[in-house]
Amino acid sequence: MTDTPVTRAASATPSRVARKIRGLSDRAIAWIFVGPTIFLLLAINIFPLIWTIRLSFTNFKANRNREIEWVGTRNYERILTDSDIWLNMQATAHFLFWTIFFQVLIGFTLAYLINKKFKGNDLWTTIIVLPMMLSPAVVGNFWKFLYQPQIGLFNYIVAFFTGKDPSSFEMLGSVQLAPWSIVIVDTWMWTPFVMLICLAGLRSIPDYIYEAAEVDRASKLRQFFTITVPMVLPFLMLAVLFRGIENFKMFDLVVQLTGGGPGSTTELTSINLKREAFEKWRTGYASAYAIILFVTVFGLASIYVKALNKVKER
Amino acid sequence: MSNFFSGLLALKRGPWEMVATILIGLGVFMLMQPFVLWAYTYSFITTLVGTVMFIIVSHFKE
Repeated sequence: MTDTPVTRAASATPSRVARKIRGLSDRAIAWIFVGPTIFLLLAINIFPLIWTIRLSFTNFKANRNREIEWVGTRNYERILTDSDIWLNMQATAHFLFWTIFFQVLIGFTLAYLINKKFKGNDLWTTIIVLPMMLSPAVVGNFWKFLYQPQIGLFNYIVAFFTGKDPSSFEMLGSVQLAPWSIVIVDTWMWTPFVMLICLAGLRSIPDYIYEAAEVDRASKLRQFFTITVPMVLPFLMLAVLFRGIENFKMFDLVVQLTGGGPGSTTELTSINLKREAFEKWRTGYASAYAIILFVTVFGLASIYVKALNKVKER
Repeated sequence: MSNFFSGLLALKRGPWEMVATILIGLGVFMLMQPFVLWAYTYSFITTLVGTVMFIIVSHFKE
């Protein structure tokens, strides 16, 4: 027998163990390999989920050592009748809708342009994807400087185009502008991600389809709507799914930028949830809140995956 | 339309998934709409019913 690492490892296995393994079926060996993963999944995902559901029906506070009382659906009733949390949901909806709208629009347009062959194509792609490689905390911090009314570049650019005084408006301090300021930053940071996914979709379209369309004298517009858009749609839907789920739990970027303010104008549900759980220590209440958000995201993701499969089948 | 209702009665996956999808969509809209508080109050139960229904009916035959 040749002396290889494999044979050395095999000979190092105690003969009793080796005999046992040899006697196992393929199915049993597969379970031995999959077992640790399933165990970790149960321990890290499923168990905490079940525990959170249980806590959501109690008045448990993680910082108090007292008897846990069963409160039934009271936590859910309080959350779902609280007009402040309702406002947080609206802020989240505003953030979600507009970020996804702009990211898809700009991301697809950029991908379409980058897909055309031109000089410096690769360099531009690298430059465009730079923002998404940065840490959200860093992005939040430097946009805070850009939004400064006195020294911020953003205010000066707006002032240049509108003729307004740069210090006459405050992006992060104004109730009207703050929700848009977080939309702008998230769009700036994550549009490259949507662009990359769209670019993958555009590059997957075989050239012969366009050539056949040319032979049939289809106009560029017709080619765009009957070839490009339908073939990129599954990719685009995937990008929307990723961004939707990600933005629903957006936390770091917004905390760095506005901290949820002014007032609670930009307090997204995830920020509010963190405050309830780890500042007010209302663990039971926060668990109910988390379950509401989980069911919402899970429901949306289910119908979305179904729609995605339908588009792929076409 | 009659196909839809006969599909529902025959426990076909397509129409039932459609009902579940509408419930989830309605629930999410009710959760995030800025118009009436009562819609927000009943949003979670609507989404929950839709989601559970979706999980169950996705095992129905085509």
